[in-house]
Amino acid sequence: MRRPLIHRSPIPGLGISAGITLTLLSLVVLLPIGALLLNGALAGPDRLWTEVNTPRIWASLWLSFRLSFLAAAFNLVFGVALAWVLGRYRFPGRRLIDAAVDLPFALPTAVAGIALTALYAPNGAFGALARDLGFKIAYTQTGIFIALIFVGLPFVVRTVQPVIDEIEREVEEASATLGATRLHTIRHVILPMLAPAALTGFALALARAVGEYGSVIFIAGNLPMQTEIAPLLIVIKLEEFNYEGATAIGIAMLVISFVMLFVINGVQVWSRRRIGYV
Amino acid sequence: MSEITPTTFRPASEDSPAFRIALTVTVLAVLVLLLFAPLIAVFYEALRKGWVEAVTSLAEPEALAAIRLTLTVAAIAVPLNAIFGVAAAWFITKYDFRGKAFLITLIDLPFSVSPVAVGLCVVLTFGANTWIGASLVEAGYPIVFALPGIVLATMIVTFPFVARELIPVMIEQGRAEEEAALTLGASGWRTFLTVTLPNIRWALLYGVLLCNARAMGEFGAVAVVSGKIRGQTATMPITIEMLYNEYMSVAAFALAAVLAFLAFLTLGLKTFLEIRHADALAASRRH
Repeated sequence: MRRPLIHRSPIPGLGISAGITLTLLSLVVLLPIGALLLNGALAGPDRLWTEVNTPRIWASLWLSFRLSFLAAAFNLVFGVALAWVLGRYRFPGRRLIDAAVDLPFALPTAVAGIALTALYAPNGAFGALARDLGFKIAYTQTGIFIALIFVGLPFVVRTVQPVIDEIEREVEEASATLGATRLHTIRHVILPMLAPAALTGFALALARAVGEYGSVIFIAGNLPMQTEIAPLLIVIKLEEFNYEGATAIGIAMLVISFVMLFVINGVQVWSRRRIGYV
Repeated sequence: MSEITPTTFRPASEDSPAFRIALTVTVLAVLVLLLFAPLIAVFYEALRKGWVEAVTSLAEPEALAAIRLTLTVAAIAVPLNAIFGVAAAWFITKYDFRGKAFLITLIDLPFSVSPVAVGLCVVLTFGANTWIGASLVEAGYPIVFALPGIVLATMIVTFPFVARELIPVMIEQGRAEEEAALTLGASGWRTFLTVTLPNIRWALLYGVLLCNARAMGEFGAVAVVSGKIRGQTATMPITIEMLYNEYMSVAAFALAAVLAFLAFLTLGLKTFLEIRHADALAASRRH
């Protein structure tokens, strides 16, 4: 027998809660995103392809996704390490550090952008140091990389932390009793347990980094073909009133993001099966 | 020296001191470079020419207009999203229906779309070159390059925050308490106000806090829809950008310091909620 669309319930408020939910969802999310897809459909795949298929746009998409992937990978390793330090070690100021991890969520991206630029520009505190050592951070791809690490920093820490809290010490002790070195225990017992949560954090950090605009444009330098991120190109197309061009880049970013998240989701399911819980 | 003293005994589930110190120092060094230094830089740059200059720059009409606009946008967008969050969480957790997972995915959708693309979506829906936008402009209610567009863009970007915090908490709490209240003759509203709301208040406050922080700081989506008209459609983050690009560093960083201070306040309140009401928030943090 087919499940009914909605089960009867004695709890009142179905009409009003469903009404508010579906109305606001349609107006605020579905209508605008639908308009983007409709514009894309009206322009047609050929038109979209000619808009996207220029060296400058490919360069920006490649830059955005490559640096976002690298920054999310950095945050994957760093986030697991930080979550481990916060969860297992006791040191003065631990509470403060724990609270500060969420700073990139609370600090507006434009503020982060100008602050990072002030520090890492050639006349800034860290930038001057780098200049003396013979390299440049702000206005290069390294600068973009640093800004993307900043915005994605909390994700992996926050997804991995609860898992570390739940690991039973007995598991590690059993591993040690069976003759494993500490390193072996970490590699073969602890890290596999953290992998699914860490991958969730990685995916969130990646999605955030790909779309990031505010913290990047100040430090990027925004040179076409070199330090121009994809979201900036949407803004440039809109300023030229080239709505089809902007639509094409917007849809290209959506498609690439969804494919990447789909792949990560697959890896996650696989890693979860491998260690035995569904 | 060969005897093992109790102080050298280390449980098998603990890392060696050398490993522990090395890892802690590395991690803290990265945090200092990436997190703490930029924060200090904001206040340092703002106060570079002294308090007077910083405070005077905040009293400029342009800065005041930006602060007023940002507060207005948050005052409209955040309550609307809070109402949506409560309604959506009630709908999703109190009833059984098909397509629930799909509905949750749709609610989360804005998190996986670039803020700039969100702005683009608003322009493509309500811009003066679309039929909805053109007729609204004709009727005297422009959306894009005006307050409604900024509010809408902000709402889209912050749409999932409250619902996401409430749904796991309300699933955890189940329906039994509401059902008991209804059996005892309470009306639907009374049940909601006296049974549900006290149970979810901390999670609600937590969601509103995160939503508000993001709403006040939103840049990418607002940059696209606002038109950046000085004193009219320039929010605080947009004004920071304009001042910064005009090399008015102190004014830009002074305004940035105000937002950074708000971020501090948000983090402080958030930590307070997490420590005081850990149980009520636990369900949502397990995700």
